[in-house]
Amino acid sequence: MSQLEEILRPPEKDLPPYPAKYIVLASGERMVIRQARREEVPILLPDVAALTTVDRDYYDIVAARTYAELLGWLRHRVRDEYCLVGLVDGVLVGLVNGRSLSPRIGVSYHTIAMRRGLRVGAHLFAAKMEYHIEYLNQQEVYIVAESPIGFRRWMIEYGLEKRPQVHHELGGVMSWALTRDLYFEAKDRLVVGERPVPDDLMEKAKVITPVEEDVLIKQVTARIRQAEG
Amino acid sequence: MRDTYIIGVGMTKFGRAGDWTLIDVLEYAAARALEDAGLGENVESVFVANMGAGILNRLSGLGSAMVDRLCLFPAAAETVENGPASGGSAVKIGAMAVGSGAVDTALVVGGEVMRAVTGWEATDFVATLTHPEAEYIYGVTLPALAGMFARLYMDKYGVTPEHLAMVAIKNHENAMKNPDAHIQQTVTMEGLLHRPEAVVNNPYVAEPLRMFDCCPVSDGAAAVVLCSREVAERSGKPLVRIAGFGQATDTHAVHEREDPTELAAVRTAAERAFAMAGRKPADVDVAELHDAFTILEIAQSEEAGFFERGTGHIALEKGETRPGGRLPINVSGGLKARGHPVGATGVAQVVEIARHLRGEAGERQIEKPRVGFTCNFGGFGNNVVCFVLEREG
Repeated sequence: MSQLEEILRPPEKDLPPYPAKYIVLASGERMVIRQARREEVPILLPDVAALTTVDRDYYDIVAARTYAELLGWLRHRVRDEYCLVGLVDGVLVGLVNGRSLSPRIGVSYHTIAMRRGLRVGAHLFAAKMEYHIEYLNQQEVYIVAESPIGFRRWMIEYGLEKRPQVHHELGGVMSWALTRDLYFEAKDRLVVGERPVPDDLMEKAKVITPVEEDVLIKQVTARIRQAEG
Repeated sequence: MRDTYIIGVGMTKFGRAGDWTLIDVLEYAAARALEDAGLGENVESVFVANMGAGILNRLSGLGSAMVDRLCLFPAAAETVENGPASGGSAVKIGAMAVGSGAVDTALVVGGEVMRAVTGWEATDFVATLTHPEAEYIYGVTLPALAGMFARLYMDKYGVTPEHLAMVAIKNHENAMKNPDAHIQQTVTMEGLLHRPEAVVNNPYVAEPLRMFDCCPVSDGAAAVVLCSREVAERSGKPLVRIAGFGQATDTHAVHEREDPTELAAVRTAAERAFAMAGRKPADVDVAELHDAFTILEIAQSEEAGFFERGTGHIALEKGETRPGGRLPINVSGGLKARGHPVGATGVAQVVEIARHLRGEAGERQIEKPRVGFTCNFGGFGNNVVCFVLEREG
C-alpha cells in the first residue's frame, strides 16, 4: 500500500460479528440474515446500481446513496461500516448498512428490499438495530428517513426520539434516534429470528447470488405496463 | 328486456400504473376489449366506472375522455360512480342500455389509479364512502369496519384466524396462475400465523384482521363489450350472456343494521340476480366474490346462498372453494391477490367469469363451467351488485 493510500484510509478495526439468524417469511421461505464481507461488495453493487433507475418509492435515491456507501466501504473510505444481507436460498432479497460512529453511537444508513410484500425491509432494519444495540452494545442509533415508507416503518413503529441537534451523515434532515430503551420496548413485536442457522440453510447462504436486473425491477415496481411483455 | 351478451373482454395487469395516467390505464383495457370483440369503432355507448378520479387524480368527465382517446365519436358516454361497486353498476347500466334496445353495443370500462397517493391517503379516500356524520368524522376506515365485522362474525360462527388465513393462502395461490394479478406470491399458514415471525410478517391492521387479510392498494382497469344477441352471433365469439343481475342497498352506517353480521344487500342482490336468470346458487360453477377483506369472502359465500349461514368457513376448510372443489371462488386471486383498483373491480370480476365461460382462462381455467356469479360489494355492504353469467351453446 502506498504512503498516500495509508493516509487516505481510515484506521482499520474489525467490528464485532453479527451472528447469522434466519427468519421464516410469510411465504414460508427461510431468509438468512448474515453479515456481508467487504470482498462481497462487488457482488452487491450491480443490483444496487440497477435500482438507481427506479423512480418509485424513493428506490433511486436510496440505491444511489447505498451504492456510494458500499463502494466507500469496499475502497476503504468509510470507517467502521458494515452491511447485512438477506438471502433466500442464497439469492439476495435485501440489504441494510450502517456504521459505528463511536462506542456509544451507531449510524443507520440505508435499507433496501429487493423483494417486496414479505416485510423483508422490516426484518432487515430490525436486524440492523439488533446489531447496534445488542452486539455493538451501543446506547443510541441515529436514523433518518428518506421515504414515507421508511418514516412509517422506523419513526412510527419504533417510536423514535427526535434528535434535532444531531447532524446525521446523510444530510441536514431531521435526525431521530433509537435508544436502548426504545429498542427493548419494541423488540418483542419487531425483532424476530432464530439462531443458530441450520447447516443446510447456512450452506446455501455462503455465496450471494444477485438477482437478474429485469427480475429485480419487476419485483420492486409491479408495474402494470409489464403485462405488454 | 332482450338478452345482453359479452363479446369482448380486456384488462391491464393490476399493480402500479407507474407513469401511466388513469386515462392511459382505461384506454389499455378498453382497447383490448374492443379488439377482442372485433367491433372496430362501432360502439354506441360508453360507460366508465370510477370512484376516485376527482380526489386522487384531479380528473372528471372520464366518459368523454375515453370516447376521445379511443376515437369512438359520436358514441354516448358517461361516468358511473358507485363507490367500490362502480364497476358492477356500470356493467349493469350497460346491460340495461343494450337490454332496453336503446343501443346494440356498449363498452364498459372501469379503472382506478390509487397509487398516485400514499397508502394513508388512499385509505382515507376509500373511507369517504362511509357515513359522513356517523362514521367518517370519527376516523372510521374500511379496515376498521371490516375488523369490527370480523370480530362479531368470528365470535358468532366460530371462524378462526386460521380460516381467514386460508382465504388468503388460497387466493394468493390462485393469483400465481393469473398473469394480470397484482400480487404473485404464495403465502403459508406457518409464515402468516404459526411462527413467532408472524408478529412482523403479518401484523394486525384492525384486530382481528392482519395485513394479509386485507387487499392491496392497486392500479388497473378492466373492460367488457356488451351487445345484443344479433351482434353477438355475428361476432363468432362464444355466447356469454348476462343471464341476470341484481342490486340492493342497506343502511349507510353499519351500526344502524339490526344484525351487523348480516349482509342483507348481498343476499337480496344475489336473490334478484338468480331470479332474473332463472337459476339457483347450486347451478353456479365458478364465482368471483368481493374479498377486500378475507372475512368478506366467507360471509358473502353464505349470503349469496352457496353455503348455509355460518358454514362458509367449513366449506373453505374442506377445500370446496378451491379450484377443483364444489364451487371455486376467486380463481383470479380475488381482490386479495389480483388486486382492487376500486373502479375496476366489478368489471374485472365479470371479465374473469366471462373468460372461464369462454374457456379462455389459461392455466387457471375451471373445467367446462356453464354458469358463473359475481358479487361487487360497495360501501361496507350498503350497495351491492351481483351478476349471473351463462354460456350458451
